[in-house]
Amino acid sequence: MMPPWHEIVVAALLLASGGLAVVAGLGLLRLPDFFQRMHAPALATTLGAWLVTLATIVHFSTREGSLALHTWLVIVVLAITAPVSAMLLARAALFRHRQAGDDAVPPALRGHP
Amino acid sequence: MSPFLSVAITATLLLYLAAMALGLVRLLRGPRAQDRVLAQDFLYTVGLLLMLVLSIRYDSEMYYEGALLMALFGFVGTLAMAKFLLRGEAIE
Repeated sequence: MMPPWHEIVVAALLLASGGLAVVAGLGLLRLPDFFQRMHAPALATTLGAWLVTLATIVHFSTREGSLALHTWLVIVVLAITAPVSAMLLARAALFRHRQAGDDAVPPALRGHP
Repeated sequence: MSPFLSVAITATLLLYLAAMALGLVRLLRGPRAQDRVLAQDFLYTVGLLLMLVLSIRYDSEMYYEGALLMALFGFVGTLAMAKFLLRGEAIE
């Protein structure tokens, strides 16, 4: 017996998001350099979070029979906060790499700290 | 909750646990402080996704509010850590 269509949609979205989270974790563990590793978790915070949020919206909307959009707020909060924290962490890491005398990072511009 | 959706949710939770284990290895291994902060931020994010999946699993809106709080607290924590790494002071 086939499950109802919305359960197939929810299951596909959830499994895709789980796969993305695992890929993000693998990237975080396996990439060789810190600035390359910074890219990996963005998979989970962007597309992974979008897929889970869509799954909850589909699930609660079909259960209640009306559009349940409040979970959207999670995506909005993540979209505002993730770039800010990534930017600040990258600046801090750049500063620390320069302090440690790492030749791989570019030097600071004149007049800038 | 049909058996089909229940199996899919369990598989998703296991995938999230695997991702969190990978992040935990990075958190413990380092090698430097910024790697640990990055891994902590990743663990917060996957924990948030896990809470959203649990809200489907238990048909409850409470988990959604927990996920929202985790997003905010994870952001504040990462911000404070990055500021500390940059200046040696979280609040100047």
